[in-house]
Amino acid sequence: MISPLEARYYRQRMPLLWWTRRRSYATFMLRELSSVFVALFVVELLLLVRAVADGPAAYEGFLDAMANPAVIVVNVVALAFVLLHAVTFANLTPRAMVVRIRGRRVPPRAILAGVYLGWLVVTAFLAWLVVG
Amino acid sequence: MSELITLRVARYRPDEQDPEYALADYDVPLRSDWAVLDGLNYIKDELDGSLSYRWSCRMGICGSCGMMINGDPKLTCATFLTDLAPGPVRIEPLANFPVIRDLVVDLTDFMHKLGRVKPWLIRDEEKPVDDGEYLQTPAQLGDFKQFSMCINCMLCYAACPVYGLDGSFVGPAAIALAHRYNLDSRDEGDHERLTILAQPDGVWDCTFVGECSAACPKGVDPAGAIQQAKLAAAQDVVTSLLLPWRSR
Repeated sequence: MISPLEARYYRQRMPLLWWTRRRSYATFMLRELSSVFVALFVVELLLLVRAVADGPAAYEGFLDAMANPAVIVVNVVALAFVLLHAVTFANLTPRAMVVRIRGRRVPPRAILAGVYLGWLVVTAFLAWLVVG
Repeated sequence: MSELITLRVARYRPDEQDPEYALADYDVPLRSDWAVLDGLNYIKDELDGSLSYRWSCRMGICGSCGMMINGDPKLTCATFLTDLAPGPVRIEPLANFPVIRDLVVDLTDFMHKLGRVKPWLIRDEEKPVDDGEYLQTPAQLGDFKQFSMCINCMLCYAACPVYGLDGSFVGPAAIALAHRYNLDSRDEGDHERLTILAQPDGVWDCTFVGECSAACPKGVDPAGAIQQAKLAAAQDVVTSLLLPWRSR
């Protein structure tokens, strides 16, 4: 039960546009929004798999649909959001992980460097797979 | 007469017939050695004795004087008027908490949450007092010292939009303090605390906005503590699935 004192409290409410008040809040909301685009990209990938399974004609049709300027714009936006997400995630790693080697704490910068190095290696491998 | 600066202070007086939350302007001397808290004390002493606010140590230790200054959660004793000149300076009660009166907020919710995460040493079996202290090396102390610097000033809760939108979230300071004990070599209560932190209103409510760490006046990094606790909780689940005989 609420006491008479509590009944007279002034309750502060967050305004609907609270995330416009601070740059970090806005970046956060952008990151949350990015998940919609990541999901869109996953759907695209599933459509690709279906097209490949349906044979060469369906695959050509899929490629034509992907060449549409509007689809390209959506993909570029999705890529930007995925990068924002990935960079945030990578930068978070040293704060989330405390790594010890022989009892000594690995400095956060080394962990961060390791994450970006791993990212680079995977990207290089995928680039080699696609181009090579 | 020296230079003046306007403080735009939030007023809320529940004893009035129809209490209304409003801002009132007060002109206080702009002195180079005055923090916002000195300005508030000047108002209380010289201009309007009815103003209510909390303060104690004036040196960033007690954690009582946290308020929203121009919309940012700050310790009023550590924020100087000259840095805010020419003003006006908006001073409001800490966001995300119910206001009792003027700049005084009710922290009962946090007190309950703090107790829930058991911020004390938990031992499987207590050692008899005659056996002496639980010893610890400086390196073991270093593992958690940062998280023990919290002064419960609640700036992190005021900065956290997740807490603002969903009051059931355990919140940054309480999780950081739970994590401080989880990291303590003398403590054996990790599992007990983890079951509390892994609840839906625990660490998983955090979406890593990161503003709690930006607001913290003591460099505690509650956001880091929450992410570390998430990792520990996830590892605990995987361990209990793969090696059920190892989980307690």
